[in-house]
Amino acid sequence: MRKYWHVINVGIQNTLVYRFNFIVRSVFGLIPLAATIFLWRAVFNGRTDSATVASYTLGEMISYYLIVTIVDALTAVTDDDWQMAGDIRDGAISQFLLKPIDYLYYRFCLFFSGRMIYSSVALVPVGLFILYYRGFFVLPEHAATFGWFMISIVLTAMLQFLISFTMAMLAFWVLEVSTFIFILFAIEYLASGHLFPLDILPPAVGKALYFTPFPYQMFFPVSIYLGKTTGAAIWQGLIIQAFWVVMLYGVARFAWSRGIRRYAAFGG
Amino acid sequence: MNRYLSIYAMLWRNSLVREMTFKSNFLLWIVVEMMWFALQLSFIGVMYLHTESIAGWSKWQVVLLVGASHLIQQLFQAFFLINCTHLSELIRTGKLDFLMMLPVNTRFIVSVRQLDFGAFVNAATSIAVMIYAAHRLHLAPTWLELAGFLALALTGVVVHYSLMFLLASISFWTVQAQGIVWAYYNLFNIARLPDAAFKGLFKVFFTFAIPMLLVSNVPVKLLTQKLGSPLEMGLLLGMSLLCFAASELVWRLSVRRYTSASS
Repeated sequence: MRKYWHVINVGIQNTLVYRFNFIVRSVFGLIPLAATIFLWRAVFNGRTDSATVASYTLGEMISYYLIVTIVDALTAVTDDDWQMAGDIRDGAISQFLLKPIDYLYYRFCLFFSGRMIYSSVALVPVGLFILYYRGFFVLPEHAATFGWFMISIVLTAMLQFLISFTMAMLAFWVLEVSTFIFILFAIEYLASGHLFPLDILPPAVGKALYFTPFPYQMFFPVSIYLGKTTGAAIWQGLIIQAFWVVMLYGVARFAWSRGIRRYAAFGG
Repeated sequence: MNRYLSIYAMLWRNSLVREMTFKSNFLLWIVVEMMWFALQLSFIGVMYLHTESIAGWSKWQVVLLVGASHLIQQLFQAFFLINCTHLSELIRTGKLDFLMMLPVNTRFIVSVRQLDFGAFVNAATSIAVMIYAAHRLHLAPTWLELAGFLALALTGVVVHYSLMFLLASISFWTVQAQGIVWAYYNLFNIARLPDAAFKGLFKVFFTFAIPMLLVSNVPVKLLTQKLGSPLEMGLLLGMSLLCFAASELVWRLSVRRYTSASS
């Protein structure tokens, strides 16, 4: 266990170098967010305060996107998948076959430290942004809701990481993984609820998506926060989310062991 | 002039050969871009499930706008994007020395070295979407309007190029400019939304400082007879000249700082 704490420590120091990039990324990321909010305000324009569009009030809709931004800062995989694919391509993983350290856990520690640094850097611009929209920002009704939300976020982070890890394993078989990563990212962007809340989709589409892991990558925790998922649906959802984490852990391990068998170290 | 044309023709041939060496990758990138385009369209589609109009724009008008914005973005990508993102690499590795020694304008060769042919395919997709949207709107543009649209769209390409090149020039000052160049991608998101939805400081900033709300709105407003006054077209033209001038100024200032890399 101690060696992994060490990895986290090193990871923090390494990612601190990118703090300028992080601040640029989080500030520029607010521009499309502001644009989306403007667009929804235009949709609600001329309706009363309590009017809803697909069961969302304007405040809930704006809060939805703000919470998405927070969850995204805490759980999104940014560079990790490229780095892992890079490690495989240029043979940097050879050392993990010799050292008593597990590559998956190693990368997870780096992912964890990367997210910690990113979140703390993004805290200032995102915090100011939320402060600006505080009139629209809704808080969860019960403290317990917030607790479930946090548990769900942890599972979301694991899910995000494991999916990216599995995708990066493709580098064992193909030279260029970036196109595959981008294609999956596009699907995730819509199917996880980044673009809009999934319950404003036609019900049949929304239901179908719930058979995939995608809603658990973003929409599910946010819907707990906003009180759209309540009661028994919360723990049922958490069990399904945990199921996907276990499932993808298995897939990731399988891809790794298969990949290693194919792997022939280059250079060295 | 003739010399530049023949150089440019050679660059086209070179880029084409390069693209064709990685055929499957070339096709996959087209798929990626198409998916993102489909994503934007579905966003609009889902929004209009719940409303008739957004700030006075109907569904198919916004589809036309998203299409036009994609067209402009893809044309920019076809001619300039890779070159802008490669600039910091050229500086970091000192390869810029070699380009500076060539007996042509350095900015020209840096800006147009490589073409992205996949982007032409995606530009064609967006034209198809635009034609369908125009058909649903029963638009019958005159030849003059079409020519005007094309001219304004190309003006939009100049805006994107100038701003991205300006950001890329910052690489002369700091190696971390790479992140800034990619951050520009976020701005494309605003260009495809109807300008009437925006208000206040945000609208002023993205009209007069970074004219994202003009780039694709103005050409589409010409087609859909939404222009408040012909002055809007003049504004886009003026802003594009201003952006180009600014990028040239920053470029010249930056090149002066260039000291090559250890080699």
